[in-house]
Amino acid sequence: MSFLNAEGLTKQFNGLRAVDDVTLEVPKGQVRALIGPNGAGKTTLVGLLSGRLACSSGRISFDERDVTSLPAHKRIASGMAYTFQITSIFPSLSVHENVALGARRVFSDPKEAEERVVAALHRVSLLERAHEDAGDLSYGHQRLLEIAMGLAQAPKLLILDEPTQGLADGEVVAFNKLINDLRGHTTVLLIEHNMNVVMEVADFITVLNFGKVLFEGTPEQVQASSAVQSAYLGGADAEA
Amino acid sequence: MTADLRKIIGLHGAVLVILFAAQFFLPAYHHGNLARIMVLATYAMGYNLLFGYTGLLSLGHALFFAAGLYGMGLGMTQFGLGAGAAVVLGVVAGAGIGALIGALALRTEGVAFMIVTLMFAQAGYLIILYFGSYTRGDEGFVIQQADRLVAGLDLSDPTVRYFAALSIFYAAFVVLMWVLRSRFGHVLIAIRENEERAMMLGYDVQRYKWGAVVLSAGVSALAGAAYGVLFGYVGASFASVQYSIFPLLWVLLGGAGTMLGPLVGTIFMFYLIDLSSGVTTAYMLIAGIVLVCLTLFAPQGLMGELRNRFWRWLP
Repeated sequence: MSFLNAEGLTKQFNGLRAVDDVTLEVPKGQVRALIGPNGAGKTTLVGLLSGRLACSSGRISFDERDVTSLPAHKRIASGMAYTFQITSIFPSLSVHENVALGARRVFSDPKEAEERVVAALHRVSLLERAHEDAGDLSYGHQRLLEIAMGLAQAPKLLILDEPTQGLADGEVVAFNKLINDLRGHTTVLLIEHNMNVVMEVADFITVLNFGKVLFEGTPEQVQASSAVQSAYLGGADAEA
Repeated sequence: MTADLRKIIGLHGAVLVILFAAQFFLPAYHHGNLARIMVLATYAMGYNLLFGYTGLLSLGHALFFAAGLYGMGLGMTQFGLGAGAAVVLGVVAGAGIGALIGALALRTEGVAFMIVTLMFAQAGYLIILYFGSYTRGDEGFVIQQADRLVAGLDLSDPTVRYFAALSIFYAAFVVLMWVLRSRFGHVLIAIRENEERAMMLGYDVQRYKWGAVVLSAGVSALAGAAYGVLFGYVGASFASVQYSIFPLLWVLLGGAGTMLGPLVGTIFMFYLIDLSSGVTTAYMLIAGIVLVCLTLFAPQGLMGELRNRFWRWLP
């Protein structure tokens, strides 16, 4: 069994089937990208995996445990970390406290928690701004803060929903390096619109379209697939 | 960080020292008032933990205050407990009722939570009236001076009473300060700021909120039990909706989510009514106008404004 397994996952919102019978297998240590046009069901799918949304049917297992019926906080506590697509931080708390809230749940020793906070902030280059209010950061820096909040939990699975949105070019390069550093010991599930990022960091790509898996393969296979080209990449190029 | 900590300890320590010293130079009338204010401010601090730090607006805290009051009073009249044991029974009763009501009311959120807590408190008020043969209902009952003894000290004596009120205020203040600086307290503040995010960091938000309700109810019950034993009266009016609104008002005036806000708000409101009623019989009009002005010009409350303008480090 893979590290993260979803079987026949479906989410029905009234008349709309946002995720339709999706089966996903992510092996340990892989960097998996989830791509697809707007409205393809990517955010809904990771919402189901993390427990933010309850699935209508299907099964999810994580780290050799069936987590289908676990509430979100227990799934997170079992080793997932989730970063929101629409930035969700604690705006009136300091940058440091935002990250510390993530670290303290996992590391009960205050000294170790503090080391994790400093390391996570350093990794996203926000250490100098640790004592500012998180709400005063620019949008891009709030995205980086989200990533730091995830990293500080030392998760087994890191779920990132459009992390590079609003980042400057230099910060995107730093982000790619960050993911490459995590590769091997942290499993990463990455929703991303920036194809350069996807092609550079992903080991394997799942393409969603209309809530279904359209195609799965390595970056090279995805680039070569005519089905993906017509459903997605063409549209994305036109958008950019 | 350590500079901020020094300022925090300095300011709050100074306030606690002033409260201790005040008894030596205050005239008898204000001496008695301050003892009463410290007990009511303890109630407001219990309320502030839930409202100011966790972001849960309860309209039913009179139930917890009254649970302490009646737990203490009935403990004495029905079970023949001494004053000390009766106060403990009051606190246990308040925290127990808090645990039960919390488990039920926290299934709702926002406005529904306000309504559910209000309804439970009203039900509690009606139960007190219904069992009038024990509780003496609206009329209430007096706790005799002979029963108001703890370790040989007469709690009806002004000096002893002041010390007792001061000790209870100190105890609640120190415990709440410690809680808020602990991991638990940081999570409560995180829930107030962004509940969904706190959940998606892996915290069992419901359990933390429940813990906050129980602690808040326990502190409110401590204030209720102390109020009864120090001032010698137990009555159903303390369970009425008015006593649920008071702590909300005190905390809003003083500054929700600040440690000193409850004390400042209680003093302010107490003397606002006291002084204006000396000037005119329409004192509620004066109180109303002052409250409107405060809401307009200091919406964060007095300590909240101080924090926004000058003292960023205020906890």
